[in-house]
Amino acid sequence: MAEPYKIVIGLEVHVQLLTKTKLFCGCRNQFGLPPNTATCPVCLGLPGSLPVMNRTAFQLALRAALALNCQMASFTKWDRKQYYYPDLPKNYQISQYDLPFSAEGWLEINIHPDPKKGHTPKRVGIIRAHLEEDAGKLLHDESGRGGDSRVDLNRTGTPLLEIVSKPEMNSAEEAVAYLEEIRLLMRELGVSDCEMQEGSLRCDANVNLHIPRSDEPHGYAATPLVEIKNLNSFRSVGRAIRYEAERQFSAFQNDPQNYRIGRLLKTTAGWDDARGRTEVQRHKEEAADYRYFPDPDLVPVTVSPEQIDAVRREMGELPSQQRVRLQTQYGLSPYDANVLTAKGRPMVAYFEAVATILNDGKQASHRISDLVFPALSERNEEMESFPIRATEFAGFIQATATLSKQDRVDLFTHMLEQGVNVAAAMEATGLKPATFDEATLRAAVIAAIGNNPKAVADYQSGKTAAANRIKGEVLKANKGAPNDLVQRLLEEELAKQ
Amino acid sequence: MSLSPEQVRKVAALARLELSPDQLTVMAGQLNRILDFVDQLQQVDTTGVEPMAHPIPVENVFREDAPRESLPTGEALANAPNRGGNFFAVPAVFSDE
Ligand SMILES: [Zn+2]
Repeated sequence: MAEPYKIVIGLEVHVQLLTKTKLFCGCRNQFGLPPNTATCPVCLGLPGSLPVMNRTAFQLALRAALALNCQMASFTKWDRKQYYYPDLPKNYQISQYDLPFSAEGWLEINIHPDPKKGHTPKRVGIIRAHLEEDAGKLLHDESGRGGDSRVDLNRTGTPLLEIVSKPEMNSAEEAVAYLEEIRLLMRELGVSDCEMQEGSLRCDANVNLHIPRSDEPHGYAATPLVEIKNLNSFRSVGRAIRYEAERQFSAFQNDPQNYRIGRLLKTTAGWDDARGRTEVQRHKEEAADYRYFPDPDLVPVTVSPEQIDAVRREMGELPSQQRVRLQTQYGLSPYDANVLTAKGRPMVAYFEAVATILNDGKQASHRISDLVFPALSERNEEMESFPIRATEFAGFIQATATLSKQDRVDLFTHMLEQGVNVAAAMEATGLKPATFDEATLRAAVIAAIGNNPKAVADYQSGKTAAANRIKGEVLKANKGAPNDLVQRLLEEELAKQ
Repeated sequence: MSLSPEQVRKVAALARLELSPDQLTVMAGQLNRILDFVDQLQQVDTTGVEPMAHPIPVENVFREDAPRESLPTGEALANAPNRGGNFFAVPAVFSDE
């Protein structure tokens, strides 16, 4: 590490669960509805209404926590977290305090400096994952005249999974890798679509520095913790952490005596993406007083080992397991296995079908990344709707085995643009493998034998490998000629010598 | 156990309540009577009694994830002191609240 300090990062991630309805009522859980069209007495917090837990939300949360290698609690309950804010109509949020349904997990990320070249696994600890309800949306008056804020309560009461990591990431890259892995995992499990722009994945980063210093009891000075909010993209997470680490280090250098461990309290800062800097929002002088207590409107939930087994069974293969399998079963490099896995299950299924037909995993993976990846991004299309299905793609690869890479790309583009099969595309573009009749090739073999008396002599004296020199000459002059045909003709002609 | 006026003021502030000095005295008296009652409950010997998460012995109450009709927007906003279009309108909120 080049910097004279260690960055310490913990992430608090919220993912919105892919349920049809809210956590405690039957209102729709759907992004982009007209304002205040998905509310009811329960999520508006009207007197006399009673929340009832959404079974699917709890199941999805269990699935996510199991995939995060968490310990599952056999008994869990919900608590009220009291605070006043206009987007929280009940004046408390239903959350989990002392008995979350899961805790003590971990997630593995790749921290190799060049992920194309290698895989260096690191386990990031997870303190807890718990289920809670979301708040509404507050829209501020942008005029600058201090006009009223407007509140849309459609999101109020939708289910959120909060995942709190241990402060175990040590660079912006590690933090982004952790988020990418969470997103992949949640999408593959059908838990959340994790669209940061739409707010279905949100992240706050707790950042501080450990700076080596011999006069400190731990051997290092720690800068005060800053919680960065308003992170709207993976890119801004990385930028904000890098900015904040440098800011803290220069603040430390300006006044090193003030930075003894525990001297200052946690600060909340907002990331300003346009200006590329963090802005202090408030200094926390004491722990927020949320006055948690068990929500008497909700009964506890118990989870049996049998239920956990059932959830585990329907979970399917996790991305981490899939990466290993793609390497062992198809001989892929760790990088190729990572790339395919990151593209999601439909892509992996496509790859597996192509690899099976070609009986060659590496070739399938390389051709898919040469042809299918660029086509999908060019066409802004998902794998599920890509018109050239796996069987046709494998046939295409076989039919174009002797063509140059560029010809193959041009043919593939033609097929996609015109919606035609490979034979029609070859006919239309004239890009097709040369055809070789046996008589022409036999003549070429005879000529090559004539040109290489030394190789013929070597061959006849028992050095059979010498025949390859003759074959090489034939293949060089007849690009794309079938190897086995040339081999047979050569053996026949050499036998006549 | 007795609450100081300062503690009562803090609890009121957390609940966004503004209390006059007279109201503060009244509330302090009422809150202290509740605490006295809790003190009395504390005298029960609870050795070996499991902490209770809920007063009724019922667990695992779920509903299926099936949408139900929501309120018409007009009804949802009917109790709002202020509205702006189809939104609730509230005094400008600052992020350090
Ligand atoms: Zn509702």
